[in-house]
Amino acid sequence: MEIFAKMAASYGLVGSFILVTVVMLAGYSLANLLHQKRMGAAFSILLALVVAWIGGMISHGQQAAYGAELITSVTHGITDVKFITQSGSALAVFGGIGVLGGGMMRDYTIISTAWGVKGENIVKAGAAGFIALILGLLISYLSGVGIGYAFGYRDPYELATIGAGVQTFVVGPVTGTAFGVGSDVIALSIAAGVVKSVVVMILAPLLANKIGLKDPSSAMIFGGLMGTTSGVAGGLAAVDAALVPYGAMVATFYTGLGCLLTPTVLANVTAAIIH
Amino acid sequence: MGVYGFGLIGAFMFAGCLLGNLLGNALGLGSDVGGVGFSMVFLILFQIWLEKKGKTLNKATEGGIQFLSGLYIPVVVAMSMNQDVFSALAHGLVPVLSGALAVVISLLAIPLIHRLFVKK
Repeated sequence: MEIFAKMAASYGLVGSFILVTVVMLAGYSLANLLHQKRMGAAFSILLALVVAWIGGMISHGQQAAYGAELITSVTHGITDVKFITQSGSALAVFGGIGVLGGGMMRDYTIISTAWGVKGENIVKAGAAGFIALILGLLISYLSGVGIGYAFGYRDPYELATIGAGVQTFVVGPVTGTAFGVGSDVIALSIAAGVVKSVVVMILAPLLANKIGLKDPSSAMIFGGLMGTTSGVAGGLAAVDAALVPYGAMVATFYTGLGCLLTPTVLANVTAAIIH
Repeated sequence: MGVYGFGLIGAFMFAGCLLGNLLGNALGLGSDVGGVGFSMVFLILFQIWLEKKGKTLNKATEGGIQFLSGLYIPVVVAMSMNQDVFSALAHGLVPVLSGALAVVISLLAIPLIHRLFVKK
């Protein structure tokens, strides 16, 4: 077993291709069995999220058992699950998933999907995409502030941090740090951002027909409203991969715009209203 | 060669993300603002330029680009396995409810914005 684990850890990227193949084979087979052929990518993503959840459970357990010196990170789903050797070192047997599924490969492949995109489609919905960005930031922010308030949070900067976290899990910590908010609230805001990106991946394919998410213009609006690069990437992959470049192009401006507006304008307006 | 396609996309990525990082720095954020978007815009402008010149990319080079976009769904599946789902669900109801509420309202807003702001 230890010999296999050592091999898996040194061939990490290749191992990740095997794991992705297994998950996608299962996802597409499941879609075929349920007579939902177009949902293959959606089922694969759903299964992958379950794998991530199980991985998180295991790595948290490992950290509790072996200490944070050995299990240094527990925030990356299956990637952080380690094999503990008899001599007491931790092997990153799923480390390749962190490379294949990390930000670099995600952005690299997203950019390549713009090959074949027609410029006029983007110009047509450019204004709508911009409106969607602003409105999306507001919707997410207000959802976080509203739910936080309903659950008893009253400090305006804590509320602003939760709202910022719902925008994306980058904006939450940026806002929280700016106002010296406690790390428990910052952790909660990051969790809210992750929940949003996961829910986007699951709900987008389910509701796509009802809300007309089927042409480049609506994909651009979708990207602007959601903003989470991972959520938009996963959600559109599950709906129709041809729409990916349109949504991703707009979504890429969301986090920056959120970091710009939320700790300054939105947080201070919230403070002025609540005090 | 197929790898020319990889290099081409990589070069556009570096150009776009450099612009995104410069913009982020100018705004005082110290992070990337729209780098992926700029990269994609550059790639689209490059295609328009090719079309105007009446040129096409070498078949193998184009094959390299198509191979990369074909990798997109596997990359997204790997990305999903890499998400912190456990912690997201371990922080109680506030993150779950606020995240879900934001998504539902945003999805419902799509047809509205489409009707109001997309030119027919």
